[in-house]
Amino acid sequence: MKKTYKIEVDCANCAAKMEEAAKKTEGVKDASVNFMTLKMAVEFEDGADRDAVMDNVFKACRKIEPDCEIYYKK
Amino acid sequence: MTKKQKKNLIRIIVAVVLMVALLFLPVDGIVRFALFLIPYLIIGYDILIKAGKGIINRQPFDECFLMAVATIGAMAIALVENGDYTEAIAVMLFYQIGEWFQSYAVGKSRKNISELMDIRPDYANIEDENGSLEQVDPDDVEIGTVIVVQPGEKVPIDGIVAEGSSTLDTAALTGESLPRNIKAGDEVISGCINNNGLLKIRTTKEFGESTASKILDLVENASSKKSRSENFITKFARVYTPIVVFSALALAVLPPLVQMIIGNNTEWGTWIYRALTFLVISCPCALVVSVPLSFFAGIGGASREGVLVKGSNYLEILADTKTVVFDKTGTLTKGVFEVTAVHPEIIDKNELLHLAAHVERYSKHPIANSLRAAYADEADECSVENVEEIAGHGVRAAVNGDVICVGNEKMMKSVSAKITSCGHEHTGTVIHVSRNSEYIGHIVISDVEKPTSQQAVKALKHSGIRKTVILTGDSKAVAEKVAKDLKVDSVYSELLPADKVSKVEELLSEKSQKETLAFVGDGINDAPVLSRADIGIAMGAMGSDAAIEAADIVLMDDDPLKISKAIKISRKCMRIVKENIWFAIGIKVVCLILGAIGLANMWVAIFADVGVMVLAVLNAIRAMFVKRL
Repeated sequence: MKKTYKIEVDCANCAAKMEEAAKKTEGVKDASVNFMTLKMAVEFEDGADRDAVMDNVFKACRKIEPDCEIYYKK
Repeated sequence: MTKKQKKNLIRIIVAVVLMVALLFLPVDGIVRFALFLIPYLIIGYDILIKAGKGIINRQPFDECFLMAVATIGAMAIALVENGDYTEAIAVMLFYQIGEWFQSYAVGKSRKNISELMDIRPDYANIEDENGSLEQVDPDDVEIGTVIVVQPGEKVPIDGIVAEGSSTLDTAALTGESLPRNIKAGDEVISGCINNNGLLKIRTTKEFGESTASKILDLVENASSKKSRSENFITKFARVYTPIVVFSALALAVLPPLVQMIIGNNTEWGTWIYRALTFLVISCPCALVVSVPLSFFAGIGGASREGVLVKGSNYLEILADTKTVVFDKTGTLTKGVFEVTAVHPEIIDKNELLHLAAHVERYSKHPIANSLRAAYADEADECSVENVEEIAGHGVRAAVNGDVICVGNEKMMKSVSAKITSCGHEHTGTVIHVSRNSEYIGHIVISDVEKPTSQQAVKALKHSGIRKTVILTGDSKAVAEKVAKDLKVDSVYSELLPADKVSKVEELLSEKSQKETLAFVGDGINDAPVLSRADIGIAMGAMGSDAAIEAADIVLMDDDPLKISKAIKISRKCMRIVKENIWFAIGIKVVCLILGAIGLANMWVAIFADVGVMVLAVLNAIRAMFVKRL
């Protein structure tokens, strides 16, 4: 299951760090952040609860980059 | 400008004005420090907060930390030594100016490039009973619905023109600036812009399956595939910052300690200052932002030319291409049959075409279509009666009272017309024509080369492609003739789809590791080869969905000339990426050395950081301009 989210982040290095953080989050198989299009593509592991996983991804990203934003809530 | 950019711009201006004003104030000591602290905090408070948060979250090695340490250090040195606080404030100021510029430039180019790729239709018009138009979500339009496209609007969904005629601007899809004429009965693809007439279109696909949606999907998902260079930079930045921080620490502590041991003056202030310079130089922003920006700009520029690239890694691979393998039909040739030779007996050429076209008036066979297309005024006064299609033979009809037969050799035999050979070797399908059992000549129909094919192969050779190959399922004679016409190096004919894969594998094993092989194709049967080759290029307008799916690069207008263009775009992009990598790392290393031996002060450090980044970003944007390649 793969999904793409819109994000907001200021610098390319921060985007790279967000990608790292997302990759390390449990339930995430793979993640990729594109700074130019401001999108984060997340591939979830089978059976993962997407919203719960994204909560954790968001928390992890906030930790390394306090003013980033991920638009994942409907 | 976004809100944030505006706010930061105001901060920068206020800090500059305050700092300059303070320089003229005759105060000393701690009061001076306190006053200068105001502009410092105005320009740097967010950096200091972020650095603090970084330490709390155990992520200390980022640029905010570097800036915080460097400027606090500089403030401290100024406090004890000479009261010159401008340096510390300037470092923070220029860092913020650099960040501001980066954010502005990236935002601007992001917008520009996204606009290039914007073909998303927002709505579809449906006419209700009263004849007024209603805008609906294109997702809700069912297949077979008639939608209305007004002049200036985008065609939202693929379909067939039911009513009206107009010219379509296909530039966003194909890069072709010449508008296309369309009339009732023509197929239109979504994403084109209707130039003048009102069009009523009967949809043939759902919105999600339409060309525009598919292309957008493709471009948006391109983001997840990163190039080797991008991955290199990410990894580089991860190890680079800690190394620099520890080197700076060593630079601040070790030399004074050594001096102390051998009994010299320790000069703590000098070495700490050098270490701080070191930190300012070290920020990896220039690299981290300019490399993805170059790729993004390159992909954006390519899509404007009608070349869709599915990821930055493919630009990288394409730049190394040395072998190009083509499918023949639909790729180098038009894939539609046209009359290529007319050899009449007794009557003249025009008359032969005239008669043949009449006989084929009602037939739906592809050959009939080509014969009719070859004679422009088929619908004339002549009488065409008793038309009879004889399966496996051809068509017979009475034209102006004469019995005309158009068909193959078997048909000529059945009406006992004696075929006279014209002495030419034909590559293509030969259609014989008889009038009242008398042989009156033959017409040759074959697939014709695209007008730009020959030029395309030449352009490829010119741009350093070492080997060109044709793989085709077609007969040997036809394949060899095309290869000779286009000056393609080698040709393999009569191949089944599986044979094509094994041939490509053979070619892959022949070339060296560093070089890559590109395959260009269009059909469903090309899909396996497209995915097997290092890089697959599909013809988008004529190509099957399977081929477009399997390919890495899609040529929207089916023009083989775009292959060399795509290669040139990729090379330019890679050149810029390499320039930026070498330039940024090079300047930084030089400045680091100069800083370590004391030849570079804070001002040089600021150039190494902000100046390099600005130049690298400007260079990256150059990748977008590919029109004249």
